[in-house]
Amino acid sequence: MALQTPQKTETTAIPFYRDERVLQIAAQIISAVLIFILLYWAVVNFLRAAEARNMTLSFGFLKEAAGFPISNPPIEYDPSMSFARAFLVGLANTLIVSGAGVVTATILGTLIALARLSSNWLMSRIALAFIEFHRNIPLLVLLFIWYFVVFSFVPPIKDSLVWPGPIFINKRGIYLSWPRLTETGPVFLIALGIGIVVAIAAFSILRKKRQETGKKTYFMPVSIGLVVISFVVGWFLAGGSPFWIDTPSLKGFNFQGGMRLTPEFAGMYLSLSLYTAAFIAEVVRGGIQAVSKGQIEAARALGLNQFQVVSLVVMPQALRIIIPPMISQYLNLTKNSSLALAIGFQEVFAVGKIAINQAGRAVPVFALIMATYLSLSLLTSFILNIYNRRIQFVVR
Amino acid sequence: MTKRLIPVFALLIVLVLVLSACGGGAAPEGQTVVETVVVTVEVPAEGGEPAAAAPAEGGILARVLDRGYVVCGGRTDLAGFGMLDENGRNVGFDIDFCRAVAAAVFNDPEAVEVVPLTAADRGPALQTAEVDILSRNVTWTSSRDAQWGNFTTIMFYDGQGFMIRKDSGITSTDEFDGATVCVTSGTTTEQNLSDFFRQNGMEYEAVIFEESAAVYGAYEDARCDITTSDKSQLASVRSGFADPDAHIILDITISKEPLTPAVPHGDDTWFDIVKVVSYALINAEELGITQANVEDMKSSDNINVLRLLGEEGDWGYTDLGLEPDALANAIAAVGNYGEIYDRYMGPNGISFTLPRGPNNLWTNGGLIYAPPIK
Repeated sequence: MALQTPQKTETTAIPFYRDERVLQIAAQIISAVLIFILLYWAVVNFLRAAEARNMTLSFGFLKEAAGFPISNPPIEYDPSMSFARAFLVGLANTLIVSGAGVVTATILGTLIALARLSSNWLMSRIALAFIEFHRNIPLLVLLFIWYFVVFSFVPPIKDSLVWPGPIFINKRGIYLSWPRLTETGPVFLIALGIGIVVAIAAFSILRKKRQETGKKTYFMPVSIGLVVISFVVGWFLAGGSPFWIDTPSLKGFNFQGGMRLTPEFAGMYLSLSLYTAAFIAEVVRGGIQAVSKGQIEAARALGLNQFQVVSLVVMPQALRIIIPPMISQYLNLTKNSSLALAIGFQEVFAVGKIAINQAGRAVPVFALIMATYLSLSLLTSFILNIYNRRIQFVVR
Repeated sequence: MTKRLIPVFALLIVLVLVLSACGGGAAPEGQTVVETVVVTVEVPAEGGEPAAAAPAEGGILARVLDRGYVVCGGRTDLAGFGMLDENGRNVGFDIDFCRAVAAAVFNDPEAVEVVPLTAADRGPALQTAEVDILSRNVTWTSSRDAQWGNFTTIMFYDGQGFMIRKDSGITSTDEFDGATVCVTSGTTTEQNLSDFFRQNGMEYEAVIFEESAAVYGAYEDARCDITTSDKSQLASVRSGFADPDAHIILDITISKEPLTPAVPHGDDTWFDIVKVVSYALINAEELGITQANVEDMKSSDNINVLRLLGEEGDWGYTDLGLEPDALANAIAAVGNYGEIYDRYMGPNGISFTLPRGPNNLWTNGGLIYAPPIK
């Protein structure tokens, strides 16, 4: 176990306390031990304090009936179900709002970045104003603006705003007319699914052929055509429209039917998407601008058209720069969803806070919340890092 | 580099095991590197242990006396119970109780620091003894008693009710099916609500916030059809609405809500002190001792009055470590139970008017009753 380094250094006659290698290792050991001691002290102190205050640290309570309601649970839930179930409902809400937020923020952010880069003065300035507004106010404030200010101007349920669709907007939420599958609907979906799979296969085969032979294979029109054909065939097989439109209507206290976004969800989703879109826009703009002008000029000189310049030269290089900071934005968005507590959207943190109170188990619940966010973040990074590795410059 | 670090880490683990086993004995090997480490280690380990043990030992009274004021878990957002007056001073039914305790301990009703807590935060705050008293219209339940702390004396008998808009045309809870209800999270209210709807086989949609201000804001803004809480709280909130007459509190009471100040677990003396102050406030009303006449009453010919004011006999102050006139000071500071009630919720109360009902003295047909001070 003894270190070999001091003996070796004897030949050069440098004393061990001036041997750089020894000093480096010593510094490592000292700092590692200090950190360990600190952690050890913290854990022991915590356990002692918990014992002194008679706080139970077991997770057994998760099986007990939760007893508290959750607004609009996305998966089946009633208060007679367990705390574990309540926690799952919260997790489902977190996943829904962050999933929807990530998609919307990415699309919106990219569009805003393009607008920001556009040579059109008005468009570029509007994008700039959007970015600066959303980037420079705290998310919580944005959340309150949407939830408490904007929704306070929305009419009560009995005189809802009706937008074409029809979409009904009132204090209770946004009710969209929503297409739902008819009984023969699945037939249509299967036909369409087969069509899409065939189209993707045709696309890659024809494109490969084109890359190998240089002959035009019309891979784009062919694959789009396949999808259209499967759509028409599916529609025909299903015997008419595979969907019916579920239009919301006022019954009793509330609207029934259609697709409903509660004000809590809508407020959270909008704020998260807009806020993160502003950051994503800057990330995307940075990535695009980092591609040197020479690359674009060279691509043009080769005779590529504008679309080819962007898709074959600019984007592949820009993506390498964009993806890593984009991952942090996605993680931020997911973690920021915990602010939903303030406006009564019951994601995992809000449910956890209630569970702490109703079950009186602060430490296990917080451990559970931290573990949940940690796994969500690690999972997101893991998936995106795989993608990131694929698009990185391959050094041969 | 990584390969060379492996023995270092192995050494580290061995070292740590040795350390945790014998608490920092002599250096196991002759290496200078190791010796330096052991020296650095002992400082945090020795300094850390007594500090960790300190909060668990020593009574709350000792801590309060040492600190010079009482830390009171309360609220600032509920008219009548815990609010701020125009000078930014914490006042209210619950807060005055904390002041009474402070007056009993320090003869100074201002020796109080009020920590505003949300409904969801109050349990952990009491559990970890961050507050000396939790006086924040907390409902006493058996599970809270077991988990949070010790509940003292029921100071306010309440029950959960429903508030609805008058123009909704609803007159009874039978018409509640499908309604949207605004409720505060982490409360007994939240559970009672779900029990009530479940038992009656009705559906509802809950809109849940942590801050009561958000709950009632959303209700007033028509996000919900109904809001529910302790009836006293509903009365308090309604008094603050833009148009209080547009809302009615239904006659039905769906639960028992004994609002009770609580103290942290593990200190019987402090528990007794807080209890005796509550007894004193109630007995004072019974005996006719008021904030105004407390000095004159010290020469009363009623032996019970003299005992309460510490003029005769020992009501327990020696064992509790208080002054004989501690209870007299408490009454001089905030008045008796009835005076506190009337100050905020009486006919001329500064917040709103709520008939005393069950919160009358037992001699007047209510439930307020306290053991004798003797």
